[in-house]
Amino acid sequence: MANIQQEISSFLPEATFVEGTILEVSVPDAKWHDLALYLHDKLHFDYLVSIVGMDWGETMGCVYYFTCTADNSQVSVKVETADRENPLLHSVTDLWKSAYLYEREVYDFYGIRFINHPDMRRLFLRNDWVGYPLRKDYNADPEVNPIRLEHEAVDDTTHAIVETPDGKLEERTNTIFAPEEFVVNIGPQHPATHGVLRLRTSLDGEIVKKIDVYCGYVHRGIEKLCESLTYPQTLHFADRLDYMSAQQNRHAVCLCIEDALRLEIPARAQYVRTIMDELMRISSHLLFYATFCMDLGATTAFFYGFRDREKILDIFEETCGARMTFNYYTIGGLMADIHPDFQRKVKEFCAYLPGMLKDYHTLFTGNVIAQQRMKGVGLLSREDAISYGIAGPSGRASGWACDVRKNHPYALYDQVEFKEIVRTEGDVFARYMVRMDEILESIHIIEQLIDNIPEGDYALKMKPIIKLPEGRYFRQVEASRGPLGIFIESHGDKYPYRLKINSACLPLVGGLDPMCRGGKIADLIAIGGSLDYVIPDMDR
Amino acid sequence: MEVKIKSMKYEDFKDNEYIEQLINELKASHTNVVVGCLDEVINWGRSNSLWPLTFATSCCGIEFMSLGAARYDMARFGFEVARASPRQADFVMVAGTIVHRMAPVLRRLYDQLAEPKYVVAVGGCAVSGGPFKKSYHVLKGVDEILPVDVYIPGCPPRPEAMFYGLMQLQRKVKVEKFFGGVNRQEKREKVLGK
Amino acid sequence: MLFDFSIVTHWIDNLLRSVMPGWGALLVEFVLVGVALLLLYAVLALFYIYFERKVCAFFQCRLGPNRVGPYGIFQSVADMFKILIKELISLNHIDKFLFNLAPYLVIVASMLAFGCLPFGKGLQVIDFNIGVFFLIAVSSIGVLGILLAGWSSHNKFTLIGAIRSGAQMVSYELSIGLSVLTMVVFAGTMSITGIVEAQNNGWFIFTGHIPAIVAFLIYLVAGTAETNRGPFDLPEAESELTAGYHTEYSGIHFGFFYLAEYLNLFIVSGVASLLFLGGWMPLHIPGWEGFNYVMDCIPSVLWFFGKAIVISFIIIWFKWSFPRLRIDQLLRLEWKYLLPLNLINLFVMVLIVIYGLHF
Repeated sequence: MANIQQEISSFLPEATFVEGTILEVSVPDAKWHDLALYLHDKLHFDYLVSIVGMDWGETMGCVYYFTCTADNSQVSVKVETADRENPLLHSVTDLWKSAYLYEREVYDFYGIRFINHPDMRRLFLRNDWVGYPLRKDYNADPEVNPIRLEHEAVDDTTHAIVETPDGKLEERTNTIFAPEEFVVNIGPQHPATHGVLRLRTSLDGEIVKKIDVYCGYVHRGIEKLCESLTYPQTLHFADRLDYMSAQQNRHAVCLCIEDALRLEIPARAQYVRTIMDELMRISSHLLFYATFCMDLGATTAFFYGFRDREKILDIFEETCGARMTFNYYTIGGLMADIHPDFQRKVKEFCAYLPGMLKDYHTLFTGNVIAQQRMKGVGLLSREDAISYGIAGPSGRASGWACDVRKNHPYALYDQVEFKEIVRTEGDVFARYMVRMDEILESIHIIEQLIDNIPEGDYALKMKPIIKLPEGRYFRQVEASRGPLGIFIESHGDKYPYRLKINSACLPLVGGLDPMCRGGKIADLIAIGGSLDYVIPDMDR
Repeated sequence: MEVKIKSMKYEDFKDNEYIEQLINELKASHTNVVVGCLDEVINWGRSNSLWPLTFATSCCGIEFMSLGAARYDMARFGFEVARASPRQADFVMVAGTIVHRMAPVLRRLYDQLAEPKYVVAVGGCAVSGGPFKKSYHVLKGVDEILPVDVYIPGCPPRPEAMFYGLMQLQRKVKVEKFFGGVNRQEKREKVLGK
Repeated sequence: MLFDFSIVTHWIDNLLRSVMPGWGALLVEFVLVGVALLLLYAVLALFYIYFERKVCAFFQCRLGPNRVGPYGIFQSVADMFKILIKELISLNHIDKFLFNLAPYLVIVASMLAFGCLPFGKGLQVIDFNIGVFFLIAVSSIGVLGILLAGWSSHNKFTLIGAIRSGAQMVSYELSIGLSVLTMVVFAGTMSITGIVEAQNNGWFIFTGHIPAIVAFLIYLVAGTAETNRGPFDLPEAESELTAGYHTEYSGIHFGFFYLAEYLNLFIVSGVASLLFLGGWMPLHIPGWEGFNYVMDCIPSVLWFFGKAIVISFIIIWFKWSFPRLRIDQLLRLEWKYLLPLNLINLFVMVLIVIYGLHF
């Protein structure tokens, strides 16, 4: 880390540093794009993990998190501006394509506009929304933003701020869809968008020419809500983000807070957490199988996936008392001990599932039609996957070994033995097979742990009010769909000053447009299904 | 008069006073026997063939899918044909949080449904805003924009709870009158502001 | 041996002619036949809807409808009641005439095809010498209805669905036509009664051996595509186009499309059983007199419906097991594989007929 610090300071003497688990560099905005270029090209920080918009009172700005995919080192950069009326920062969309959506998100929440960003529209909120909700001085009066039942205007053009070579700023209008294009609205209510995503798709006959993604149809403002809740209270939102990886999400929040408090979690809780995470992953991938097959028209496969998922839900229900939103992990351990039948049932399930998976493969994977629909469709190269930030199973299908469980192990992942499934084809079939193989790996992990759960406490005794020491904390876990990052900035209060959830699904839709271009409508559905995004996770 | 549903005993329902009151109100406007019999046949058809719209926004949507899947199998009750086109559906299960951006879309979906149409609010979010009640972008219950027939609380409600709610909807449909007006007109006008 | 239904129809005809003039008798007969067909149509549709639901439920480890009536057999009746009194939404910005015409075109096409299906011995509305040709001609009217429905709805999804459907139906019509032609060559007649009678000594699928089996398989594939059922259900691909060409239809108009889908399924399986499995002709094996006698004891109507239902079951089985094809794959399958194969098959059949290589 000292090395990175030296290199950056020799390149940019005015940069200041804060050391922590992740090195934080502060630069003025004027130098920011130069530094970004240096980070990207010279230091090979090719994966932009997250952009966290911030409102510090006097100043506003962003905290960027980068990872170098070669050696998994991390660095963060803080950029701020004092202008609250018309805040401007430089965009890095030209270097990291994932910044396209992240910067639009920051603009949506804080009103910070990005110079040279081609498309400065709101991402989550209606385009006639008044105010920027995550600013500390946001006017939350329902009179200002009543429930509007008229439809928002369709935008076929967008505005951008461009810096001319002589340093002047210019407002420009960019066209998204020309008037003569045949634009079809896929969503928000559409059976194949897995929720309420809206894809404005320009078609040429059956061929997809361009996709414009609209998010926010289930944007619930969780990040803002968290700012007025104590740390234990914020936990329950994690279950409702990506409900298909509820346990992992909650694990991320707990880990982030436990890291900040430097807590040592009892071994029993660590074991149970790892097992629960993997069970959740299996259940999520089973649901993926079910819905993906249904998207491709194989309806019966849907029922097979759900049938076996119910068995996992039974196990969860006995221990956690719920089928979907479990509220099981807590800061310092678990809410309750495991059910006496837990181990037996999990072992039974682990013995049962591999046989069923064979059935799945005979029913669907081996089918000629299915193979033709999947192979060679929706290609995504490794470079694009990294640039768009498409991690998780979808990234691993493109040959990018991005598993957080391997790269930054947490819980017991450094003690168990498992393979990271990586395929190199980068098509729909690879994404499908990665998930199917991950089910087997998850079973393998569970089998190593289930007999060795140590006796002892399942949780630390915690005070009801927890205060985090001042600082910024960022922690990732591998959720079912990719790395879920939790960012907390604490000012020493019992409430987080800012809690940002870095969703695994938002970058996935960012990559939808390049993957689908030139394909058919049916390919769009197959690609969307294979990315397996969950809308409430990306909308938050 | 008892409203009979094959799937569940009359005494097992928790709100029989409500349905009896509804019947009494309807009885107040006397209908003759022929019309009454026709009504019964029509309501029998309607209540046993409620086709949901495939609509879901969040967690409850997954439970709604489980409802259709092998273990719970809502096809047994005639809710089988989940239609993706609102023109052909009978009721919309508002499964999940409805936010400001979604509100006009949902309202349009409701307007696109063909009469007779029903709304079932599923889960805490659709009933009252649930855990997101204080959010700047969430509707405090879907009844702000739609006339709701049945509320199913839970976060998310279990499939069993959803079945209970759907049977309540069947009962409501059974006491409806095809000849001589729909019994929910008043409430609907209030919400939709027509 | 088999009960000949023409005795009944002749008896009714004579009775009517004895009490009224010829044109009056004809008029009454038209009405009677029309009502009978309509009834059969409705009952069959209800049966098929229930049948498919139950079958797919068992494929999917479910129970299927079981609350309305014993084993849920009245489920489709309840659906029909509901759909009859559902609101017909009137839309703006559409071509009202074509929009309302389209479902009737679809339903009329399938009803006309009923006209020459041989439901039993002597039980057939019209029996003329180009019956098979009539069947093919009539069943291709349906695509017009679908195209019009998609076009007139003023909706992009329906338009895509309709265009897909047009491309698909026109392509697969070829395969159907050619495979039917193969069997016509074999039978040497286009008359439906002629074809059935020719199978007295063994169904065509056995006597025509290899080319007949190939033609049967091609017919099954093309027939599935003709009825817009999975894996060829692209025009209404639910996960892609919400409800395809009938997205904007509500109430009974949607009901017509829904019914027509099932009726077309019946017609396709009926024609398959007519051409390949002997129509209402019982299973006869030359030389086995006792066996043939036992087979003849089963009424011809049961034979026909039994065969049709078995073939429908196979088509339903396709639908619930296979994923959907993409439009280019669908057309490639037809133009690059089925069509050449069909032509070769037709040629082989001609050789077989010329040299008498059949049984």
